[in-house]
Amino acid sequence: MRFILPFVIFLVLSVFLYKGLGRDTREVPSPLVGKPAPAFMLPQLHDATRQFAPKEMLGKVWLLNVWASWCGACKDEHPILMELSHQNIVPIVGLDYKDKRLDGEATLNNAGDPYNLVIADLDGKVGFDYGVYGVPETYVIDKKGIIKFKLIGPVTPQNLRETILPMVAELEKQ
Amino acid sequence: MIPELGHFSLIVALFLATTLGVLPILGAARNNSVLMGVARPLAYGQMLLIGVAFATLANAFLSNDFSVLYVAQHSNSQLPGQYRFAAIWGGHEGSLLLWAFFLSVWTAAVAAFSKHLPEEMVARVLGVMGMISVGFLLFMLFTSSPFERLLPAAADGRDLNPLLQDPGLVIHPPMLYMGYVGFSVAFAFAISALLGGKLDATWARWSRPWTTVAWVFMTIGIALGSGWAYYELGWGGWWFWDPVENASFMPWLLGTALIHSLAVTEKRGAFKSWTVLLAIAAFSLSLLGTFLVRSGVLTSVHSFASDPKRGIFILSFLVLVIGASLLLFAWRAPKVGLGGKFDMVSRESLLLSNNVLLSVASASVFIGTLYPLFMDALGYGKLSVGAPYFEAVFVPLMVPMVFLMGLGPLARWKKMSVPDLARRVRWAFGSALVLAVLLPLLMGKFLSLESNKWSPMIVLGLLMAFWVIATLVVSLRQRWAGQGRFMQRVRAQSLSYYGMQVAHLGVALFIIGVTLVKGYETERDLRMNVGDTVVAGGYEFRFNGVTESQGPNYVAGVGHVSVSRDGHLVTELEPEKRQYNVSGMPLTEAAITTGVFRDLYVSLGEPIPEAEGAWAVRVYIKPFIDWIWAGCLLMGLGGILAVSDRRYRIHKKAVTLQGAAA
Repeated sequence: MRFILPFVIFLVLSVFLYKGLGRDTREVPSPLVGKPAPAFMLPQLHDATRQFAPKEMLGKVWLLNVWASWCGACKDEHPILMELSHQNIVPIVGLDYKDKRLDGEATLNNAGDPYNLVIADLDGKVGFDYGVYGVPETYVIDKKGIIKFKLIGPVTPQNLRETILPMVAELEKQ
Repeated sequence: MIPELGHFSLIVALFLATTLGVLPILGAARNNSVLMGVARPLAYGQMLLIGVAFATLANAFLSNDFSVLYVAQHSNSQLPGQYRFAAIWGGHEGSLLLWAFFLSVWTAAVAAFSKHLPEEMVARVLGVMGMISVGFLLFMLFTSSPFERLLPAAADGRDLNPLLQDPGLVIHPPMLYMGYVGFSVAFAFAISALLGGKLDATWARWSRPWTTVAWVFMTIGIALGSGWAYYELGWGGWWFWDPVENASFMPWLLGTALIHSLAVTEKRGAFKSWTVLLAIAAFSLSLLGTFLVRSGVLTSVHSFASDPKRGIFILSFLVLVIGASLLLFAWRAPKVGLGGKFDMVSRESLLLSNNVLLSVASASVFIGTLYPLFMDALGYGKLSVGAPYFEAVFVPLMVPMVFLMGLGPLARWKKMSVPDLARRVRWAFGSALVLAVLLPLLMGKFLSLESNKWSPMIVLGLLMAFWVIATLVVSLRQRWAGQGRFMQRVRAQSLSYYGMQVAHLGVALFIIGVTLVKGYETERDLRMNVGDTVVAGGYEFRFNGVTESQGPNYVAGVGHVSVSRDGHLVTELEPEKRQYNVSGMPLTEAAITTGVFRDLYVSLGEPIPEAEGAWAVRVYIKPFIDWIWAGCLLMGLGGILAVSDRRYRIHKKAVTLQGAAA
């Protein structure tokens, strides 16, 4: 009986893969959407003596972008964030997740820094509070500090145009 | 006309492969030697035809035939000749052709070097390899032909990705593919043993040298890829846990388990069904790796699904090959019975534990690599879990693995008393421990660091490495001690024993490299004006500005950095920032001075817009980093020694003698 086990495991795996192939992209609601952004106090990446807490952003609509130097998909979204930061529409706060300070800084020095400020979550504790599945992720947070939307995976021109920017514009009016 | 010739030879090759996949296996089942006899000629014919197809594509690249779509997509008339050749495997279609070509080469090699094997075994092995070939040829002909025409022809090509325009990339993929494909031989032997119902030690003996050769190719291939990433990506890292790297690392881990498990199966008749399962799994991961990387699934599931023909084909092929082999395994393996008995503590049990650890390591890499894929399939975006995950799971698995690796060669087969084993290794462990604790205290001075750095991780790493070396010395002493002339006893040991020890020494060097570079590397990342200096690890780096230079198909900004130590000039480093003409893609080319104890590494970031002539510059001192690749090369060398062992050579001689007599 135990000899059939490898086959059964493989079967489950392939069914899963097959189901995955046919599925459409859809946004999965995060339990945090509609709740206040978890509070924290973390040092900044470029200057460890300066701290940042989300409450400093009260009264503003802002984006919290989780990234890391070791993350490949972050390199895909990076030019889009650069573009967005040039347009000056919405402040972007970067959260450098489970990274080495030097690596994080080197990444931004080389490729450009799209963030208004970057906080260093070197051991990933804050990421844990926010329920980060993996990197990158982006949160839209409103003027009252409520998380309105969570994007898992990289920012693309499409989801920026169709979801994030309209939502930011909407929240700005409130 | 010539590209059509390539396409046509692939079609004929498909017919040959289909015949090869059916007739000899049928013949083996019915004991019909005529049907079995067609296997060898078909294997040679298949290699010839796929070889013609490959040569055709090579010709299209070298002669800049941009009426071939694949050439137009991956080459350019400005591209230097050697890269035009390497561009053959620069994309999906050509890589598949290379894969299929190597498969036909391995098949022909098995046909040529299997004269001493029973006829039905050869028929089955070649038949199974023929079936795999059918799958690849069908996939190429139906969904990914490299010979598609582009009419009207493009005036010029779109150029090869600049990252791939590098000597390392000319040889890295072929090496790796030889490894991937080579595991098909072990797989074919395992399947034919299952088909024949004879799962004794013989199939293990026959497939061992093949598996080792494939493993050597893979080891060197991975090392080349890692070296390439080190100097080409400009990050100073040597392993990124990138899905593409992981795709080759998973079968390598299982392949490593397989060569050890085959040894036990051959020598002791134990773990028979486990070894078969490993052979199936190692090849399955090779297949999966090839497809994952080449289909672009891992970059995005959606690009994969956007060409549903490819996606469905790949999935069906994988399911068919892996599913059928596992079913066959489930059907046949229960009849195998248990092999030789062994105790809780014996060489068998140590090797089994190592096998399990390597397999778990491979599985954890698998999970970390495919997790983003599953998440994406479920509708989340693409994510990466990255280095933090892999390092967290990998180190705890490798520590006991390396510990057992030191004990394995010293333990006896079947039964070993723990006190006896402990007595034999106590001084080895003691001296390794003392050295590992003390050495970091001297390291700071040796590497001219600002302060001495002593951390438990460094001690652990060094302890592992010294432990392997010390047990190796114990083992050599045991083997060399005794009566008679010393050199005679040295020569009396088999080459495969020395091969094992050389490979294990390679692992030790590798660990030393990883530990010391992680523990003691110095990084400086800063903005430098012309004339600025920075001091790192006892060296002074002076930035003398950037000049422009013209390459064959790019323009480069060449940085000039002079490195001096105690006021004496050590070397001039010239890192480049290239801009490729056709694709417009920028590329960082690091400048490195290699040394036995340290590499000096400088790469250029971006120019600083506010200050004239100032650049972001990265300076690294990488102690002992070349030991990482030296270790990999030793592992490969160990494999080569093992397959050059006398028992394999004598066999060949006997065969040629027989041939001459007949």
